[in-house]
Amino acid sequence: MKLIFERGGSGRTMQYLPEGDTPKAVLPAHLLRQQPARLPEVTEIEVGRHYAELAKQVFGVVSGFYPLGSCTMKYNPRINERVASLPGFAAIHPLQKDAEGCRGVLELAEKLLCEITGMDAMTFQPSAGAHGELLGLMLIKKYHEQNGALHRKKIIIPDAAHGTNPASASMADFDVINVPSDENGCMDMDAFEKVLGADVAGLMLTNPNTLGLFDPNVLAITEKVHACGGLCYYDGANLNAIMGHVRPGDMGFDVVHLNLHKTFSTPHGGGGPGSGPVGCKEFLKDYMPGSALMGNHPDRSVGQVRAFHGNFGVVVRALTYILTLGADGIREASQTAVLNANYLMHKIKEDFPVAYDHPCMHEFVLTLEQLKAENGVSAMDVAKGLIDHGMHPPTMYFPLIVHEALMVEPTETESREALDEAAKAFHAVRLQADNDPESLHNAPVSTPIGRPDDVAAARDPILRYTFPE
Amino acid sequence: MNTPKNLKYTKTHEWLLEEDGVYVIGITDHAQSELGDIVFINLPLADSDISTGEALADVESVKAVSDVISPVTGVVSAVNEELADSPEKLNEQPYEAWIAKVRDVTETEDLLTAEEYEAFVQSEA
Repeated sequence: MKLIFERGGSGRTMQYLPEGDTPKAVLPAHLLRQQPARLPEVTEIEVGRHYAELAKQVFGVVSGFYPLGSCTMKYNPRINERVASLPGFAAIHPLQKDAEGCRGVLELAEKLLCEITGMDAMTFQPSAGAHGELLGLMLIKKYHEQNGALHRKKIIIPDAAHGTNPASASMADFDVINVPSDENGCMDMDAFEKVLGADVAGLMLTNPNTLGLFDPNVLAITEKVHACGGLCYYDGANLNAIMGHVRPGDMGFDVVHLNLHKTFSTPHGGGGPGSGPVGCKEFLKDYMPGSALMGNHPDRSVGQVRAFHGNFGVVVRALTYILTLGADGIREASQTAVLNANYLMHKIKEDFPVAYDHPCMHEFVLTLEQLKAENGVSAMDVAKGLIDHGMHPPTMYFPLIVHEALMVEPTETESREALDEAAKAFHAVRLQADNDPESLHNAPVSTPIGRPDDVAAARDPILRYTFPE
Repeated sequence: MNTPKNLKYTKTHEWLLEEDGVYVIGITDHAQSELGDIVFINLPLADSDISTGEALADVESVKAVSDVISPVTGVVSAVNEELADSPEKLNEQPYEAWIAKVRDVTETEDLLTAEEYEAFVQSEA
């Protein structure tokens, strides 16, 4: 398709704005442009067609199956948008004083999310998950500081973790201790016990982990971290698998972050905005950042981590979702997410082996290592091939501990027929890999852009349009 | 798998060559092949202190970002700046494309011979 710069022509424009009635400011000559800026010059219909063309290229969860593992691309009910766009929420200024309704939203969301996570307090300041991780670690750091234990520098993180965990720990000035996974894909308990000690500040754990497996030793893990004086941080990335069934607070965690934009059906992908609230147990409450509206502890708080109240509109959407589903619906959403993942895993695993072949939670990870060795077809090739079957590819090459990984998360909002269709697509790509592997190297063939040269794009990116001379 | 006999190796897939007390460090052929096309390298600063087990550099491929772990404790004496502009050299000639040279080495990790490294890679597969 054409870029906006390639549309239109010199002098084409839309004159809607009247001449200003205030005097024009006169800038010093040396601050003025020597040549006019080269901007697109298009008529209204050309702009319209440009955006309509872009909109046609978009693939969202309303276009088709979107099993992007670890991202929880569930359908976001329209009622969330309707409620968030009510003028009382959408048109209010964050410094407005008579904001009892908005305050009520934050208080109710805090109460319900505390109930779901087993925490005692929750803040909505963080903009998204990694921001929440950083805040959670700041709370842990503050706790050790208050207890005169700043020598505690180690944060234990399993090797299956999302890359944001070690990144956040580094940003919070901790040292990252990586613990390998065992043959079942869970924390290697021997390796874990070796790193425990008086220098441990805490643990970051995602449970179920990025392999979609629930760590059966979670209670022993949190107990051992507490026994050596550390705190336990729960990465809520995969809460969608367990909400309404088990609670991080009951598993022994002291701090959690949630991804409202994943688990609680608010927009993500294409810019969100996200929301990564952080919950904590009572003994950490004073360290929470608070906000102008909700207040904070004058001496102990780590201070605000964002202006105003976080992405408030996202909280309204998440609260709408929780209230629409109710306690039973929330529980059922998790059940269905787990059921859907297991159903699809069993349909696909004949074609593509599962990395850890156990019943999974909300997602599962395939390994195409053997296929790549035998047919020369990589996880990337299969992912691209699936696009030609009208679906979004799964997550590729993650978690890093699985070679040639494809990570599939169907979510609870897919019907059985949709899952059967997806399994057919995987099967068709497997047949293609066996019969005509070469063709998969060129997939997708049904999209305006086929296989871009991602290596050249990364090494030598072209970030600016060059006008023809 | 190409593993020159004159080099030493680590279990985290770096190679080392000692030249008059200066240690030359790079990543192995196996490492570059597992990483895939490398598109960026974050090089250390010359004269910086480095310890065993710490990240000496990090390399970014189209698949992932990975640390290059220092097998020695010492001071970085030279950095192969050329790699910043041509990271593909790490793929093309992994044993020519050295990343850093380290002097004043006080500690080295347990290093593997070429045979031991090959056996280790086989056992990992």
